[in-house]
Amino acid sequence: MFSFLAQAAAATAPAATGFQFTPALKMFLAFVGVTLVITYFSARKATGSAAYFAAGRSIKGWQNGLAVAGDYMSAASFLGISGIICLKGYDGFMYSVGFLVAYLTVLLIVAEPLRNAGKYTMADLLAYRLKPRPVRAMASLSTLTVSTFYMIAQMVGAGGIIKVLIGVEFVPAVIGVGVLMLVYVVFGGMLATTWVQIIKAILLMCGAFALSWMVLGQHGYSLGQFFDSVSTATYGGSKPPVNLLDPGLAYGATEKNPWGAVDFLSLALGLVLGTAGLPHILVRFYTVPDAKTARVSVVWATAIIGVFYILTTFFGFGAATILKLSALPLDAAGRPDGNMVAPILAKTLGGEWFFAFISAVAFATILAVVAGLTMSASTSFAHDFYTNVIHHGKEHRPGQEVRVARITAFVVGAVSIFLAIKLRSLNVAFLVGLAFAVAASANLPVIVFSVFWKRFNTTGAVTGLAVGLGSSIALILVSPSVMGTDPAAMIQGAPLFPLKNPGIVSIPLGFLAAWLGTLFSARDMEAEAKFAELSVRSQTGLGAEKATSH
Amino acid sequence: MNQPDWNRIANDPDFHALQRAKRRFIIPATVFFLLYYMALPVLIGFWPALMKTPVIGKVNWAYLFALSQFIMTWVVCWLYVRAARRWDIMNAALLAKLGH
Repeated sequence: MFSFLAQAAAATAPAATGFQFTPALKMFLAFVGVTLVITYFSARKATGSAAYFAAGRSIKGWQNGLAVAGDYMSAASFLGISGIICLKGYDGFMYSVGFLVAYLTVLLIVAEPLRNAGKYTMADLLAYRLKPRPVRAMASLSTLTVSTFYMIAQMVGAGGIIKVLIGVEFVPAVIGVGVLMLVYVVFGGMLATTWVQIIKAILLMCGAFALSWMVLGQHGYSLGQFFDSVSTATYGGSKPPVNLLDPGLAYGATEKNPWGAVDFLSLALGLVLGTAGLPHILVRFYTVPDAKTARVSVVWATAIIGVFYILTTFFGFGAATILKLSALPLDAAGRPDGNMVAPILAKTLGGEWFFAFISAVAFATILAVVAGLTMSASTSFAHDFYTNVIHHGKEHRPGQEVRVARITAFVVGAVSIFLAIKLRSLNVAFLVGLAFAVAASANLPVIVFSVFWKRFNTTGAVTGLAVGLGSSIALILVSPSVMGTDPAAMIQGAPLFPLKNPGIVSIPLGFLAAWLGTLFSARDMEAEAKFAELSVRSQTGLGAEKATSH
Repeated sequence: MNQPDWNRIANDPDFHALQRAKRRFIIPATVFFLLYYMALPVLIGFWPALMKTPVIGKVNWAYLFALSQFIMTWVVCWLYVRAARRWDIMNAALLAKLGH
């Protein structure tokens, strides 16, 4: 690995002559400085499992709302969505809608029972009445898979973005992000990770408002004029006008792809059901004192996220009325890279310092989200796999669980850095979709059945998790995202599955497998007897984990 | 603290009432928002011409329906919080009755 890094560094060194102490770099450093101070103070509080994994369950509702929003408004959301709306118009805006509506699934079905009945992870809820070891092992595998996929996508994106924004080369940029994130997670635990997320969410909202206002200013602060321009967007006069408000630019059915409409449906299903199974969102509900606060935090998150995604109208569609396509850098496949739309729009409208601010926000976003992902992955490994699967739920020495989590964070961080560098030239955006698909197909069915279905048993949980996870991965591997006949495709050959988004098949499969697995195995009387306990716990909050006092 | 008697609480009529009250809201609300949301990709995917019809100026049905999803989300959210306040009161009364 090190020789590889050295080679990469040598290969990129001559290009790095343009390195300057730019305003963007100064703002990055200011953000990093503030977050390191937070980490230092968090580290002094992060003793003991509840403090490390769940910030002592002392986070306030609005704070957690901001943190949930922060975890959710990832680089993929901010940079990716503004890019896809700019290039594909309305079909990109569908992501904005789906990402928000998904919070109703979180609020109505998952948040409160999870907070009431769990401790640190999603698997806690499942392990209450099912056999803990097989269920936790599978849930941990699914959590690690989702987190790692999501993280690689963020890291590869990060490397490319940082290179454009501050002129640091790909490899050192990825390593830098990885190391910083490890500092937050390893020393500061959930408390530091949460505060990094809160600060970033506030910065991101400010940036989104300012950018939107400037875009509207270009259209005389008139919504009518704005939408008129969007319906005849010309990319700064560089293309014939196109109506970006019309759906179908990305997912319309064409001769070449008759499956567009179904793929769109599949995407929508994955978005709306996936969020409620994303481990880094779920762990957030353990950082608040009780289920009522968990509810308040989802409401805050929904309000903030909703406003943010409505604003994508302005800096997404709006970009297409202002930016020339030639202003965008090219991606690996030689097409204009949508990820750069928001920062370049900021530069065009607000000058160097505003560009610096938006770039710093983008960087903060990446850093905060990878920290959140590492935190959830290492919590699941330490709590579910190490303590409960290997050691039957007993800590041999106090503090061991936290120590294992810290070591896991290192391993997860190192593996992600390594894979991100290895996969740098591939288009890994589909990994985000894959993470949502796994979350919706594997995690959501078992959470729902565990809380609502008395007969549900261990076999059902394990088959549900395994089939949901396996089918999502398998379908993506043979989908047009990975297989293709053009040279850029990862696997050569005609795709065996026509859809890019597996949700419409894999989500029903996950539910079906959990259901059939239960019906075709012996009734588990112990699990059914404990259903009463789980119902009372999840509905009333009786016996729920309390906030620790500082 | 002694372990609460889970089965006794689970069989308490007030607990059943709480559970019923929650389900009466959550199940229809979930069905509603999923149908309302999934109607968007279905309409766009299978009736694109209709959705491209301009309504207010250049703004078409597709964008307006997407925008209405935001409002729908906030309204359902608000209704849930309002209903949950009633559940909190029922829950507090139940736990007080059982001495927890």
